[in-house]
Amino acid sequence: MIGLDPLLIGGITLGDVLIVLLKVLVIFVVGLVGTMLMVWFERKVISGMQNRIGPNKAGPFGILQTLADGIKLFFKEDLIPDQANRFVFKLAPYLAFVPAFLVWAVIPLGGDFSNGKDGTIVLFGHATKLQLADPPIGVLLLLALSSIAVYGIMLAGWSSGSKYPLLGSVRASAQMVSYEAALGLSLAGVILVTGTLSTNGIVTAQSSFSKWSLVATGFLPFVMFLVSATAELNRPPFDLVEAEQELVGGFNTEYSSIRFALFFLAEFMNTITMSGVIVTLFFGGPQPISVNGHTLDISPVFGPFTGTIWFILKLLVFLYIYVWFRATLPRLRYDQLMNLGWKVLIPVSLGWFMLLAAFRIGQDQGWNRWVVGIIGIVVLVAAGSLLMLANRVSARNRDREGVMF
Amino acid sequence: MELVVFIIAGAMVIGGALGVIIRSHPVHCALSLVLTLFGIAVLFIAQNAQFLAAVQVIVYAGAIVVLFLFVIMLLGVDQAEDLRIEPFKIQRPLAAVVGVGIVGLIITAAITSRNAFTPKPAVSPAVAAATTNPPLHDENIRQLARDLFSDHVFAFELTSVLLVIAVVGTVLLARRPDRAQAVTTDARKAPV
Repeated sequence: MIGLDPLLIGGITLGDVLIVLLKVLVIFVVGLVGTMLMVWFERKVISGMQNRIGPNKAGPFGILQTLADGIKLFFKEDLIPDQANRFVFKLAPYLAFVPAFLVWAVIPLGGDFSNGKDGTIVLFGHATKLQLADPPIGVLLLLALSSIAVYGIMLAGWSSGSKYPLLGSVRASAQMVSYEAALGLSLAGVILVTGTLSTNGIVTAQSSFSKWSLVATGFLPFVMFLVSATAELNRPPFDLVEAEQELVGGFNTEYSSIRFALFFLAEFMNTITMSGVIVTLFFGGPQPISVNGHTLDISPVFGPFTGTIWFILKLLVFLYIYVWFRATLPRLRYDQLMNLGWKVLIPVSLGWFMLLAAFRIGQDQGWNRWVVGIIGIVVLVAAGSLLMLANRVSARNRDREGVMF
Repeated sequence: MELVVFIIAGAMVIGGALGVIIRSHPVHCALSLVLTLFGIAVLFIAQNAQFLAAVQVIVYAGAIVVLFLFVIMLLGVDQAEDLRIEPFKIQRPLAAVVGVGIVGLIITAAITSRNAFTPKPAVSPAVAAATTNPPLHDENIRQLARDLFSDHVFAFELTSVLLVIAVVGTVLLARRPDRAQAVTTDARKAPV
């Protein structure tokens, strides 16, 4: 029993199988078309921010530009370097691409969450959830897939049989592995507050604005998650993985034609899925905005698609924010990137997680929440200053003795 | 159904394991290891241990083998090895002895505890429904957490201490000798 979908409880008929197949197909097609539109959206918005026109030839507003680029890449010659390890070279793009797709399976894309319902809707006379699978480990699957995605990048650089892609891939995978820890730690706060790992359960728990994990975990985990997700996606300002202007490409230097297109597709699809994950974890996914019992109800207009409309609206906000980041922020230096990950994000998210846990225990034991908060903050400040002191000592030693490693 | 899953996952595990020892290329060996780990994760899911499966993929496939690959790539040992050269003469016979010994141990253990494998007497449907209904969505994780943080909390904490000791030990071992000191001794040796 992988997921608790009401569709799969009891006997499985042909209709159930067809519905599951339909869901797979819809997610696949929407994923691909969404990625295509995302590339266009990013180019268009960025050109708007930089006072230029952007793609405007292919189709209305240049919306078919990505399709044209895709077709061009398909028909280009497929090169495999002489020194390449052929099998791994061919395998790597798929290792990058498949995890990007699989994350969609656990994101609730819509459904009826009003009045504490668990998002089940009726589709062709069968009760089901608008998500492909709802495994009990939901969020952990996300972490597992993002750790698998490292393989694609790492092996791509190595198998190219050239120094520069290898350096690029070591740089990229070091970045991704480091930020995965911060990603997991900032996620832990959400799990603590909602009390479940299942993505469906996390959405169900966020029934009003004050219960959105954004508010319930105290905003900081969201910032941590956004920063580490951006680094995990290799998006600007953390795009040292590619850094077109100043480094030799990166892990994908030797790739051309359709294999390159797969990496490109995976990257943009990851941007969309990660935005979807942020919306699910912190902004209530398909839940409507509801403050103090006043719900912004759009269900008379959209009927059963209300949840999906909310999800897409929230998703668009984050896609725009990612493009905005790219247009605004300058790229970090590599040592700054590592310092931010290890010395800021990980300790702060760990500390904040402890504080949340302390509040939770205080709630269970009936302690005064102000006392818990003040003691918690004093302990955190003490631990933080100790850490800063340790950093300062090690920096001084480094200055005096030179780099140790 | 369970048998089909078991056969496919078992084939993955054994195929991967064979790949680890047969392939002559270290990177291919590491990838075969990933295949084995995935097979084990599938077996965990088939046994309803989803949490273990996820942790297996995150920790072993996502972190440890990535570390292996890092070391293989950075140390530049990513060349196919000639398997006919034997660096230590006694290594292979010793490996054969140890391997046969372990297989023997596992088989003996399986035979002596054969009775443990017989299926439990069937519970009447009503009782089964009463004990498993309602199936809590994440019962698996709750149970594991309760075990780890109540009955086995001491062992758990000791393990984390062990890991910290290992990290500190590695840092100390990997540290180069004090460079400031090395420079002064060099300066003393250098002709004036």
